Amino acid sequence: MASDTTAAEGSSLVFHPMDQFIVKPLFGDGAVGMFTITNMTLWLALAIVAVIALLVLPTSKRAIVPGRGQSIAELTYGFIYKMVEDICGKDGIKFFPYIMTLFMFIVSANFLGLLPMSFTTTSHFAVTAVLALAVFLTVTILGFVLNGAGFLGLFWVSSAPLALRPILAIIELISYFVRPVSHSIRLAGNVMAGHAVIKVFAGFAAITVISPVSVLAITAMYGLEILVAFIQAYVFTILTCVYLKDALHPSH
Amino acid sequence: MATETKDIVSACVDSYGSAVGMPQLCGEWMGNQIFWLVITLVAIFLILSRVALPRIGAILAERQGTITNDIAAAEDLKAKAVEAEETYNKALADARAQAQAIAAEARAEIQADLDVAIAKADAEIAAKAAESEAAIAEIRAGALDSIQAVAKDTAGEVVAALGGQADEAGIAGAVDARMKG
Repeated sequence: MASDTTAAEGSSLVFHPMDQFIVKPLFGDGAVGMFTITNMTLWLALAIVAVIALLVLPTSKRAIVPGRGQSIAELTYGFIYKMVEDICGKDGIKFFPYIMTLFMFIVSANFLGLLPMSFTTTSHFAVTAVLALAVFLTVTILGFVLNGAGFLGLFWVSSAPLALRPILAIIELISYFVRPVSHSIRLAGNVMAGHAVIKVFAGFAAITVISPVSVLAITAMYGLEILVAFIQAYVFTILTCVYLKDALHPSH
Repeated sequence: MATETKDIVSACVDSYGSAVGMPQLCGEWMGNQIFWLVITLVAIFLILSRVALPRIGAILAERQGTITNDIAAAEDLKAKAVEAEETYNKALADARAQAQAIAAEARAEIQADLDVAIAKADAEIAAKAAESEAAIAEIRAGALDSIQAVAKDTAGEVVAALGGQADEAGIAGAVDARMKG
């Protein structure tokens, strides 16, 4: 960090694009133990605060004609509710709070991560992998509980010619187990890449000639990141719904 | 962790405080990260499923109910308005029919009265005409008698003036004969 101040010439430019992802104790120095309160704890707590500020506080008046905040809460509710209903069907509605939790957490964390100096929790594979594994385990267990062995029909494409079915079954099986990997890496990768690129552009701002271009590039990237923050939350949620539909209705 | 040197706090951060490789792949933080993440997710889930979602769901249901009720009430009022209009039209038609009946009745009554009056007038006129005719006949008869008397007197005077001896009976007979002629 100390070397940043002397990084005026191009040759001694120092980039630390990944430093923003370091987990460190919030109070004092030392190692990060299992229960240490870290900067990540802070930003996770802020995500909870954001969820409360978005969905709980504006609806406290329960107005028939909604105000601005209540409209946003209702729109978010309707958006996810309709998504669950459209994709999973009527019997998927009971998973609505679960899916809403995922969406609200990811969207809050993504947008909080866009604040300067913040810590982006969703850029860590530990976070997204837990989310994706939770979805994967839910879908797999639920599929077998609801359909028994019939859940395996998901891998047996009955509409394909008989000769092709074993091959398709293998492909389906592989794609099924790749789901949690792609599900988690898609979110963390998008968020991490965007933040790292912004940091790299910010490093170039130390050179006077390049700095206007650098600032423009940061602005453009920031706009893109706002888009990504929402779209990745949306994609994660809609894929969760799609996977859940497989557990509820495994037939192709 | 306790075995590490003072300079290097962890395997993932170098002595300058910069990341070594990708912090995302640092294994020693993951337990901590997962611990706090699970707490956060459980907290958000409880907040949503206990407070936020039932509340918003209730608000939306209540609004839907209000809208449905209002539409039903509006339809009710509309039906009432249509009904009232029908009643009004019916009353109007009834009143008109009644008025026409009353007018027709009055006309018939007047006609009857008129007919009676005309008949009575006709009878009176006829009686008067007959009376008048009788009077005229009487007058005419009277006139003839007067003429006869005048003619007899005049004939007597004429006969006397001519120096004749007027025979009253002869004159009367001659006049009568002339008059009948």
